[in-house]
Amino acid sequence: MNVKPVQKVVQKEDAMWLQKEMINQNYHEVATAHAAGRKVSATFVPGNLNELLMCFDFARRLPETDALQNGMRKKSGKMIMDAERDGHSEDVCTYVKADLGMMLQGDLGPTGEPMPKPDVLLLSYTGCFTFMKWFELVRQKYDCETVMLHVPYQGDGKINPAMRRYVVNQLKEKVIPTLERVSGVKFDIDRLRQYMKESVKAEEDLVRVLQTAKRRPSPIDGYFGAVYYIGPMFTAFRGTPEATRYYSVLRNEVEERMHAGKGPVTPDGDHPGEKYRLVVEGPPNWTSFREFWKMFYDEGAVVVASTYSKVGGVYDFGFRHDPDHPLESLAEYCLGCYTNLNFPQRIDMICRYMDEYQADGLLINSIKSCNSFSAGQLLILREVEKRTGKPAAFIESDLVDPRYFSAANIKNRLESYFQMIKQKRSVKNEAAAA
Amino acid sequence: MKTFIGIDLGSTTTKAVVIDEARNVLGRGITNSRSNYDTAATVAKQEALVAARFHLFRNALSKSNALNGELESFIAQLERDFRQEQYLEQLADLEGVCSRNVETAKFGDAAKGVAAALESLFKSLKQEAPELFAPGARRKSDFFRDIAGAQYLALGEQVAKDFGVRYDQLLNVFDRSIIEVENRVYGASIKPHLLSALERTYRTLPQTAGRKERISAPIQAILDTELEEAYVVGTGYGRARLPFSKEHIRSEILCHGLGAHVMYPHTATVLDIGGQDTKAIQVDPKGIVESFQMNDRCAAGCGRYLGYIADEMNMGLHELGPLAMKATKTVRINSTCTVFAGAELRDRLSLGEKREDIMAGLHRAIILRAMSILARSGGVRNEFTFTGGVAKNEAAVKSLTQLVRENYGELTLNINPDSIYTGALGAATFALRAVMEEGKIIEHREAA
Repeated sequence: MNVKPVQKVVQKEDAMWLQKEMINQNYHEVATAHAAGRKVSATFVPGNLNELLMCFDFARRLPETDALQNGMRKKSGKMIMDAERDGHSEDVCTYVKADLGMMLQGDLGPTGEPMPKPDVLLLSYTGCFTFMKWFELVRQKYDCETVMLHVPYQGDGKINPAMRRYVVNQLKEKVIPTLERVSGVKFDIDRLRQYMKESVKAEEDLVRVLQTAKRRPSPIDGYFGAVYYIGPMFTAFRGTPEATRYYSVLRNEVEERMHAGKGPVTPDGDHPGEKYRLVVEGPPNWTSFREFWKMFYDEGAVVVASTYSKVGGVYDFGFRHDPDHPLESLAEYCLGCYTNLNFPQRIDMICRYMDEYQADGLLINSIKSCNSFSAGQLLILREVEKRTGKPAAFIESDLVDPRYFSAANIKNRLESYFQMIKQKRSVKNEAAAA
Repeated sequence: MKTFIGIDLGSTTTKAVVIDEARNVLGRGITNSRSNYDTAATVAKQEALVAARFHLFRNALSKSNALNGELESFIAQLERDFRQEQYLEQLADLEGVCSRNVETAKFGDAAKGVAAALESLFKSLKQEAPELFAPGARRKSDFFRDIAGAQYLALGEQVAKDFGVRYDQLLNVFDRSIIEVENRVYGASIKPHLLSALERTYRTLPQTAGRKERISAPIQAILDTELEEAYVVGTGYGRARLPFSKEHIRSEILCHGLGAHVMYPHTATVLDIGGQDTKAIQVDPKGIVESFQMNDRCAAGCGRYLGYIADEMNMGLHELGPLAMKATKTVRINSTCTVFAGAELRDRLSLGEKREDIMAGLHRAIILRAMSILARSGGVRNEFTFTGGVAKNEAAVKSLTQLVRENYGELTLNINPDSIYTGALGAATFALRAVMEEGKIIEHREAA
């Protein structure tokens, strides 16, 4: 008789289950959009103009989310190999290849439902140059309408009025007219204001949730947990009442944990106890997400803040969508995206996190196939080390290519890093005692 | 007496260091990791404890003045005799396993011939043993697999011809048998081996036989002293295989940092090139690690690279450095990818470049890769300590010295002849601290 091994039940917070349901619901909406007479848009997470797209009743696809969902479901490896066979080099961003591979495999989405051809590709260009090439390839394949919003880079580390005007003008003169034409729906600015009112509420709650990590012990993991928390906000839900509800549930749940003095929930249950508080720069590895996370909680590490959880919008320094100035605030949102910040700004942000969240150190997970964001990470590392006096470490893996996650090596480096923090701390304590 | 033991379970070799309460290094032991860390750890530890006994013999005998001027030659002879005893035991074991394996090898009609050939081959192997352990004899390596393997290969060919059997059948028997023998631990026979080695030494050095009692008494006293393992700390890739709790495990980064500090207290930057890792470590004046960088993505430019090149050139790993030192120029090798370097090597050979000049280029290629990891970790600061197996290679050291001078100016470069034991020494020091400073006792691993 074959005895089926007992599968361990994965532990998740209620809000995590709710988030999963919402994401699946969106895939279903996208899959059935054309049958329901709706148009489909595709746009990227950083600088996504979700409230604006909703004004035209689009069902909303987000290609990076598709890639990462396929990664977590262990489907991306084959997709990437298919894309490589189709002529895409080993060095190309693996999100792009997973997306192209999904198309080659007949465009079935992560949940198994078909992914319809987008009617419009909205390229909100916020710092990642790969996005432009990616949509060029998608356009070639689908032969669909493309509209680009060019967001100037914050090279000087600030947003000046001309930059804001430049983005608003493009919205008025190019983006909105194109979306009107493709969707056949007339733009109504009051509708946009209404969505933004919802956005503000959710944004406020999200920030509160992420900032609970300032507490000791932190009730959340600001990286592995936060990637769930940011799901609705960074994808097709910002501006919807569902998102508002989600963030309110999440906030209550997390605040309850905080008041009870509890640590984060991990897939194996309660966190075994906070020993190390880290700030992380760079996205997680999705194909071995759980294994990667386990390497942290097994050693008592909690990530208290991460830059990746700000990739779809930096809200924790005060920015909120503004229903009174809707187009200007969309411009401000895109200009302030993490990917659009220059190096000194990214370094400042990390140093601020190190300080405000009382972190023991910085860890950089550098993405092998990300040519646009891996460059300069060592400089960030050294500068943060210099300014904060806290130890930093560097590991390398990949977004969704399972071939570039060398578990033994990463574990080895992480353990060394945690022990290094511990050793430094005990020396410091001895000095203080003396 | 109380001892503290550090074991570094590396990808190629496993090293152990034994220290006493005064932090003196009593002994070092090394063995090949043989993809069986349990055995490797046991053997390395045993070797280190044997070395510790020899260290104690030397101390005791030098105090007693029994050997008056002949101490070093006596101890060296004793050690060679002891190694020979060990070798002969393993050889006998190998013979037993080989003949058992011939019976199950499905050699058909040839089986009888192979068995006879084996008998003769092992006879020759035993006869040749004293020569291997004679004063000044050069061995490719000190591991049984390598010594016995080289002898077996060399003598086997002729024996196969003499007996009219196929050489590859003889090799097949060896390959199937060596792993079993290699994974055996001969712990119980150390004492008797030492005693019979002592007798052998008296025979070889008859002038000492007259003082036999004065010499044997302190040796016997040391053999009767228990070397208590007060605490063991493990490091390296196989560390999780040690039969101790997590408390006994330290990362190799910390161990190498501390080990380098113990060897050279002014160390600020450590470079360790091991089998599959290159580590650049910055330490503070107390030996505490401040930051580190390691090779990522692939192990290009690590020790295994040289191992591969040695195989390609049909040479021993230890012969590469000396060959490269004969170079009159350095041929440029671009690839640090191990496999591509093999292709470059053949390409340069076909272009008529000299082997030694190509070797110099290969060593430089490794060090260039290490330089970039050093740069990543924050550069080279004074003093700079180079450790790991590759630090034993003079050509690698030469390239490193040059490149460090060009990039960071004049600074002190420390290389300890025992640098391969740096991680194990750091681990042993952690073991000592655990007991002396933190009052810990050994915790065994919980059964899984």
